[in-house]
Amino acid sequence: MEFWVTQAFNGISYGALLFLLAGGLSLIFGMMRIVNMTHGSYYLLGGYVGLTVIWQNGPFVLAILVGALVIALIGVGEWNAFLKRLGGQELGQVLTTMGFALIFQDLGLVIWGGDPYTIPTPQVLSGAFELGQMFFPVYRVFIVLVALAVAVVLWLVLERTRVGAMMRATVDDAEMARGVGINVTLISMCVFSLGAFLAAVAGVVAGGFVGVYPGADFEILPYAFVVVIVGGMGSLKGAVIGSLMVGLLDNFGKALFPELSYFTLFAPMAAILAVRPTGLFGRA
Amino acid sequence: MRETLFQGYQGVVLGVVGLLLFVAPPFLSSFLLTLLTQSLIYAILAMSLDIILGYTGLASLGHAAYLGLGAYSVGILSTKYGAGFWVALAAGVLLAVVVAAIFGLVALRATGVYFLMITLALGMVVWGLGHRWVSMTQGDNGISAIPRPKLPLPWSFAESIPFYYLALAGFLLAFFILRVIVRSPFGQTLVGIRESESRMRTLGYHVWLHKYIGFLIAGGIGGFAGVLWAYYNGFVSPADLQLATSVEILLMVALGGRGTLFGPALGASIIVLLKNLVSVYTHRWLLILGAVYIGTIVYAPEGIVGALRQWTQRASPAPLRAET
Amino acid sequence: MIPRVFIIGLMLVLFVSPAAAQGPIRLGFLTILTGALASPGKEMENGIRLFLEEHKNSLSGRPVELTVLDTGGTPAGTLTKARELVEQRKVHIIIGPLAAFEAYAIAPYVNAQRVPTISPSAAADDLTQRKATQFIVRATSNSSLPTQPFGTYAAKTLGIKRVATIADDFAFGHEVVAGFHKAFEDAGGQVVQKLWPKLGETDQGPYIGQLKKDIDAVFIGFAGVAALRFLKQLENSGLKGKIRVLANQTAVDEALLRSMGDEAIGVVSASHYSAALDTLANRKFASAYRKAYGTDPGYYSVGAYTAALFLKQALEKVGGKIEDTEGLLKALRGAAITDAPGGPIRLDKYGNPVHNIYINRVERKEGRLQNTVTHTIEGVSQFWNYPEAEFLKQPVYSREYPPCRFC
Repeated sequence: MEFWVTQAFNGISYGALLFLLAGGLSLIFGMMRIVNMTHGSYYLLGGYVGLTVIWQNGPFVLAILVGALVIALIGVGEWNAFLKRLGGQELGQVLTTMGFALIFQDLGLVIWGGDPYTIPTPQVLSGAFELGQMFFPVYRVFIVLVALAVAVVLWLVLERTRVGAMMRATVDDAEMARGVGINVTLISMCVFSLGAFLAAVAGVVAGGFVGVYPGADFEILPYAFVVVIVGGMGSLKGAVIGSLMVGLLDNFGKALFPELSYFTLFAPMAAILAVRPTGLFGRA
Repeated sequence: MRETLFQGYQGVVLGVVGLLLFVAPPFLSSFLLTLLTQSLIYAILAMSLDIILGYTGLASLGHAAYLGLGAYSVGILSTKYGAGFWVALAAGVLLAVVVAAIFGLVALRATGVYFLMITLALGMVVWGLGHRWVSMTQGDNGISAIPRPKLPLPWSFAESIPFYYLALAGFLLAFFILRVIVRSPFGQTLVGIRESESRMRTLGYHVWLHKYIGFLIAGGIGGFAGVLWAYYNGFVSPADLQLATSVEILLMVALGGRGTLFGPALGASIIVLLKNLVSVYTHRWLLILGAVYIGTIVYAPEGIVGALRQWTQRASPAPLRAET
Repeated sequence: MIPRVFIIGLMLVLFVSPAAAQGPIRLGFLTILTGALASPGKEMENGIRLFLEEHKNSLSGRPVELTVLDTGGTPAGTLTKARELVEQRKVHIIIGPLAAFEAYAIAPYVNAQRVPTISPSAAADDLTQRKATQFIVRATSNSSLPTQPFGTYAAKTLGIKRVATIADDFAFGHEVVAGFHKAFEDAGGQVVQKLWPKLGETDQGPYIGQLKKDIDAVFIGFAGVAALRFLKQLENSGLKGKIRVLANQTAVDEALLRSMGDEAIGVVSASHYSAALDTLANRKFASAYRKAYGTDPGYYSVGAYTAALFLKQALEKVGGKIEDTEGLLKALRGAAITDAPGGPIRLDKYGNPVHNIYINRVERKEGRLQNTVTHTIEGVSQFWNYPEAEFLKQPVYSREYPPCRFC
């Protein structure tokens, strides 16, 4: 019992982190069909920028905000200069974003050095809630709360606002949306920067418990892809469920079948894809 | 359309390149020769990807898996069971084809971005196996001390020049097999599918089956490259089949020119040389490699061979259309 | 093969004109300067550069020509760079590479080419045990060398009875844990649980959650960021101070300590080095290193520096004739350095060091974390106190060996 509760909690909190990372990626996928290999770099660079803020004695919240905004700007730049012209060209997108990923990786090394760091977190977020024999780290609860807040805000924006309606229309059918006078380019740019923003938030938040270190970009990227593929591209609901599934699968996989930890992640994904090539909640 | 002036050119170019490759070894330092050997092996891999990427129009993000399957077959069979060259070669290619047959069933249900994502996932599965199936693959350390092949020939392939010729023979074999395939009616059908899948379906072609066979061929030749790669290095490790390798093969194909066979081979040798020669001058070679990725898409979206073709087409008034 | 011809040719020239011996010593250095392992790779380079600076780029009266190449952290890249060093740069000797999988990749090649190679960091046990090769010697302890005496010490001196182990799931982690496991149980302790997060595991939470409640201590075998992450997450789980943490040599390496916070305080580890080691040689080395690079030296920089010390002594023995490969190898294997930064060090017949092992505890001194030496075990070899022949008969340390009898 204890085991199941603890591991479920771990899985959910890791899933929450993955949701922050992959939620935006899913929207980017859904709207622009852009395979973004730079997404992991946004996560890493966000962590680094946040770390710099903290080194300048900035508070934790400011680190998250500054990190996210800086990366959102970088994302907008990358999208404007290169990606918006590559609609429908998967190969071009993969190679361009991979090029940026390599460049960001090396720039990160040049600017921040190769040492791993953890981002110091506020005192209130350290320690754990104790419940009998079980420990629930406060920081993990915090991650879940952040992810919940982001999910709710995203849902409200998508479902309840005019901009959200335009976004949904663009995901459903970009041509039609353009036809009815929606500025698809502008909407796409906003979504792309939102994705970068959220990835950077994930990077700073993750910095508090898994660290900021060279290599984090390509380590986390497959997880983000898996979430998006399983959940289905362009679906918020899919991203939420995909993240939880991947978090839990990964966690119980590690705990129950440590030798197979990679397969417990990829095998269900292959199975889902074999049945539903567009993921659980994706549209073709 | 096939017997155009450009085809004549192409024949001459290929002949000259082939001759140069054949007579080159004595004039090269042994280090350059090893780089050229690497280039030839990667060229095979890039050409195999060209079948599905260039001719069929499906971008795969998991092609390094086949390199790995071929290489691990050699590593396991020759170090654990003392298998010789032919056995390891047959096993490597066969394993790659069998795995491609399974992966194809899953991956070919999708196109475009979905195809990319699924192949990425399948590639990660093979990579994960390389890492985690320690009893078979020795995990992270990889399998080392793979002996060079011994054939009943007067040369020892442990020396770099004979091995270069082995790689060259492999390259030429792969090139001609693939060339025959792409110029056959089957290959033309693949191109037709790339241009318009629905039209080919309407015309009564079995689209899925053509793609599937193309996928198997790409896997098999990719496995062949893996066999040579393992013998060349004398070891195999999971690093050979990581995601970055798969993306790099895509770059080779795009840089040289999709759908031209010769282009991907050229692209492979450029990237191999670039990675190894630039890193001599600067530790920031990743920045340059990154710039090459972006530059390829911005300045040469059709690749080097594609750009050359456009240029020759402009230069000569004859009604030309490159064989695609 | 060209290099062999080259070396023979060079030796012929030597006989004719002794002046040729005054040409430069070409030293090849393989490290990792890009990607995830760039930081330790840079430390390695710092170590060799500091050494050459101290010796004014000259050994045995001959100038040293250093070529540093970046392997990119892949085995294939390492082999290509080794080829470049040997065939293009015609180096006489190689120091490097960083990682065990890189060392395995180049071992057959440097043997075939007869290029003496000193490994300053790659720790794979078998490199100097069952797969020992003639041309490779090691300047740093192999994976299980420090953890074997540590196991004995933990059981006998610290009085620890029940231990859970957790380590990166790759050869280095397996060997580190296995060495501890065997010696600890032979001294009366019990390893009751073994956990293996995969290399690069982002979330250690699931493993921390699984730790048995009735253990006295947890032994960790991590390299790099995983150690940082584990200690941080252990603290977050509220377990810090409730379980003792024992660590292998790299988990609290000086290079990591500077990124760690209070969560690391109190961790006890076993290593062949500590920047806080209070000997004349180390005070000199550590202060020179701090002056040059602004940080404490650690595992990787000391490894490269010590490798160069070996080279220096061997060269002196052969009168600076680095072209005399046989003589140099013999001298390398017979080298004994009394004042290395980590104390006296010599090589056994497999080319692996015999040196002191220090039991260190992480403490905060002068505002920064350091490994305070609390105990010294002198002259430790890779076979610890086991008979060599018997030791080599058992399988190489792995995930499965020794088997977990009390799990």
